[in-house]
Amino acid sequence: MSSHVSAIREPLVYGHKDYHQITEDLVAPTERTPSKSWVLAFIISVAVLAFGVYTVTYTIYWGIGTWNLNRTIGWGWDITNFVWWIGIGHAGTLISAILLLFRQRWRTGVNRAAEAMTIFAVMCAGLFPLIHVGRAWVVFFFFPYPNTRGPLWPNFVSPLLWDVFAISTYFTISVLFWYSGLVPDLATVRDRAKGLRKKMYSLFSFGWKGSAKNWQRFESLSLVLAGLATPLVLSVHTIVSFDFATSVIPGWHTTIFPPYFVAGAVFSGFAMVLTLMLIARKLLNLRDYITVSHIESMNKIILVTGTIVGVAYITELFIAWYSGYVYEQFAFLNRAKGIYYWSYVGMMFNNVVVPQLFWFKKIRTSVFWTFLLSIAVNIGMWFERFVIIPTSIARDYLPSSWSYYIPTWVEVGIFIGTMGLFFTLFLAFTRLAPVVAIAEVKSILKEYGDQYLPKKQENI
Amino acid sequence: MKTKKNILYGLYDDEQDLLRAIKESNERGLKIYDVYTPFPVHGLDPVLGLKESRLHIAGFIFGLTGALTAFLFMTWIYVRDWPNIFGGKPYWPVPAFIPITFELTVLFAGVGMTVAYFIVNGLRMKTHTEVLDPRITDDKFCIAYDITGGADHENQYERLLKETGASYVGTKEVSDL
Repeated sequence: MSSHVSAIREPLVYGHKDYHQITEDLVAPTERTPSKSWVLAFIISVAVLAFGVYTVTYTIYWGIGTWNLNRTIGWGWDITNFVWWIGIGHAGTLISAILLLFRQRWRTGVNRAAEAMTIFAVMCAGLFPLIHVGRAWVVFFFFPYPNTRGPLWPNFVSPLLWDVFAISTYFTISVLFWYSGLVPDLATVRDRAKGLRKKMYSLFSFGWKGSAKNWQRFESLSLVLAGLATPLVLSVHTIVSFDFATSVIPGWHTTIFPPYFVAGAVFSGFAMVLTLMLIARKLLNLRDYITVSHIESMNKIILVTGTIVGVAYITELFIAWYSGYVYEQFAFLNRAKGIYYWSYVGMMFNNVVVPQLFWFKKIRTSVFWTFLLSIAVNIGMWFERFVIIPTSIARDYLPSSWSYYIPTWVEVGIFIGTMGLFFTLFLAFTRLAPVVAIAEVKSILKEYGDQYLPKKQENI
Repeated sequence: MKTKKNILYGLYDDEQDLLRAIKESNERGLKIYDVYTPFPVHGLDPVLGLKESRLHIAGFIFGLTGALTAFLFMTWIYVRDWPNIFGGKPYWPVPAFIPITFELTVLFAGVGMTVAYFIVNGLRMKTHTEVLDPRITDDKFCIAYDITGGADHENQYERLLKETGASYVGTKEVSDL
């Protein structure tokens, strides 16, 4: 194994760790009393979440008339936020599944937290269609079950129904993937714990023993789940893009949408992983496990996907011109110069210009710049969804039905509330389970631990 | 009530020592009860003579079930139960069935395989987990021998563990392992 080590291979674990030290470092955040900064962050998150609960309740009680949607603009902040959150929820499974299949070892440092983030983001996303249907209590009508209305079945050839299936499958598989990987690490926590805590972790680690056969099946399961999740993660945002692409609205009706949405999802997902991991790395003292080379790898993915997104924007513009179709041409001109020009500027600047800074090694290996740029990318991707959704429908075929849309405080409150939900869940996760996959880091230690690698020559 | 077993076990500090000890044990013809490690150790399955897991076959069968369920259910609805014309398309729009068929294939395969994994691995929720040694999930690699009823080889087992560099050798009576 270690005889084939390349001289330029970057260590993924620093600090001359041994197996026991890895356990100590990674379990420690769940064992000590929470720090003041954690408590403060948790209180703020829960407060924001409470406001979100209030606005959602308000919406359900009074109906979606409390939003500023109208006859022309039927999709506003709700679907913008839905697509934005779903996009963010793509990085976790991408890191776990696709990078597992490609044998990218650096995934071990970030996969657990990224998967957790995926699950929380999909929960936030799922909220929006749920309340947007207006009568959230009959949302089970979506599912094909024998009923007294005929039985009347849902429309299986509608992309909106495909979305129901895609997102519920994605959520389920992500949870299974995440939890089956978490079981051995929870067993590690269990075997160090005492009293009630030991009982709780015994329950949630499902009596894991770590026998040879256990591990063999574990690897078989993770490989197959990775193989299943890889096309799944690509299918989910493809199907989300079908919601738009199969319509006849200029600006939505384009065949480029599936690859462009998937690239955008990976782009925003990695940005959110970086935002969170840089905070977690600092607060939980994980600098030895989430190294600069992890950050650099993720920044390279952001650069690639950001460039794909940029090329897609320009392709859209070109095709609109080349099609010779006046409505299409107008829709794209209207994005750049129309009523919502500011969102177009925000999108172009944050998604196309900003990530290009990652060509500079100084910037992509700088924690400060990465943090700043990751937030810019998140903002840019939110604008992208906003540009696609309200801009296209605010100026449709008939000038008599043109309209303008700004959200009400309720819509803004729900969006902020989902942020609260996301951070509350993530903060709780950092206390309850190890945020870095302990067993997986141990399994790469002998290949990537700094003490096992030859000293890096400074001039390489 | 399961019968109690008496287990003799040795803990190693390094996975290479563990692999060497298993090979030595095989050479001496000593039957290993089980091996426990904190993470998947590569090269363990062949020396222990473990057959490849059949979980992925279960996954395939579940996936096939999902694909058939989705496709045949939608076909039945659109052809027999409630034929309908959407936008002048045929009654049986096969290409439009692909997304849901795919999703249910993945859903059935993933859920089925995970449930199968929990069942065959004996993973159940319980408040007390009997472990040989709490250090196994931390940094120790363990070889266990079953010495219930005072197995004849007991001394040989112990000698092997010590000779191959086990940092700890102990016995424990367990009822569920």
